[in-house]
Amino acid sequence: MNPGSSACRAMTAALLRRRETAPLHEMSLCEGVLRILQEQARVQDYSRVLKVTLEIGELSCAVPESMELCFEAVTRGTLAEGATLEIVRTPGEAWCQDCQIAVPMKERISPCPHCGGFRMKVQSGDSMRVQQLEVD
Amino acid sequence: MCTTCGCGQPNSVAHGHSHDHDHDHDHSHGHDHAHDHDHGHSHDHGEGPLGAVHDPTVSRARIVQIEEDILSANNRYATANRRLLAERGVYAVNVVSSPGSGKTTLLVRTIEMLKERFPVSVVEGDQQTEFDAERIRATGAHATQVNTGKGCHLDAHMVGHALDNLDPAEGGVLFIENVGNLICPAAFDLGEAIKAVVLSVTEGEDKPLKYPDMFFEAGLMIVTKIDLLPHLTFDVERCIDYARRVNPDLQVLRLSATTGEGMEDWCDWIARRRDATLEAQKRSARAIA
Repeated sequence: MNPGSSACRAMTAALLRRRETAPLHEMSLCEGVLRILQEQARVQDYSRVLKVTLEIGELSCAVPESMELCFEAVTRGTLAEGATLEIVRTPGEAWCQDCQIAVPMKERISPCPHCGGFRMKVQSGDSMRVQQLEVD
Repeated sequence: MCTTCGCGQPNSVAHGHSHDHDHDHDHSHGHDHAHDHDHGHSHDHGEGPLGAVHDPTVSRARIVQIEEDILSANNRYATANRRLLAERGVYAVNVVSSPGSGKTTLLVRTIEMLKERFPVSVVEGDQQTEFDAERIRATGAHATQVNTGKGCHLDAHMVGHALDNLDPAEGGVLFIENVGNLICPAAFDLGEAIKAVVLSVTEGEDKPLKYPDMFFEAGLMIVTKIDLLPHLTFDVERCIDYARRVNPDLQVLRLSATTGEGMEDWCDWIARRRDATLEAQKRSARAIA
């Protein structure tokens, strides 16, 4: 099943409705997000999270649609219940060791657009970060 | 009390669930300055769980910059695991693959060949059952089973507990056999020295292209079950080419745990890295002394 496809979304939604943990690393990633929100609540003195902005690189392992579903499930009954999730996609970039230039990289298996080679080092676009929050 | 994280879990029981860590502080985080900035959006405060107690006229809504890695908690545990392993001069390999690639069989044969040379211990990750840990213990090696329950991968917190339980011997090798899954374990650093991805020739040679994240994260690919190649159309060279498209620096070994072909090379590969790890530990201990 293609991650992010409608079939995948439907399966994930069904699993979440049954209140089972979906067999997805996105579930763990969203637990990581919630943990950051809870830690920051003590430091930054807020009691409710209204909006979360995540940076999810195009070359990272997280599928945005799965993150949205898992975020909703993980935050239920917490300080972030009902919070809006905004996902900012950062583009992938790699260094071609043959051309000695930085090139855009859509997927990890993409060749260099100039020489067609694969001697590429990912430079950016693989991050998964909590960027900012809107809190109350 | 758990010495890894203070989570209240007894050290002797490895487990596969997460904990919230609540800390009582006796200092307050109150701040009394006013936030008088505008924010150009509205919230529906009537329906939410706090709607009844939230007065929008005295809203303290504000933007908070965080810039924190989602995996930061896992990475902190991984750093602690890596430090413990370095202090003991233990070389740790995180073994990942699809289900059914023969990871446990490979480890059983490997332990039989290495156990006279140095201590070998194993953390076994599976969703359910103790079967794999029992197979490892039958070789005489120490093994701890971690059941992840619904979870699809090991994380560094679980491995930290397993290490408390396992107490790996100085100058040994630790294998962490991850849950059979080529997707999720790629994202989770466990504190290992290297990820070794096992690919059996009964799988497709295009797996590195289908699951590139794992082959990108791995430092070593072990092509297994090569005794079966005469019966299959699997093209080993093409498979290696695909894997190196994703990860040009990937090292590759080929072996059969059944016939023993390639096993000496693999065991020597492990032993060289174990020697180097132990040497680094001794240098570090001398520097401190």
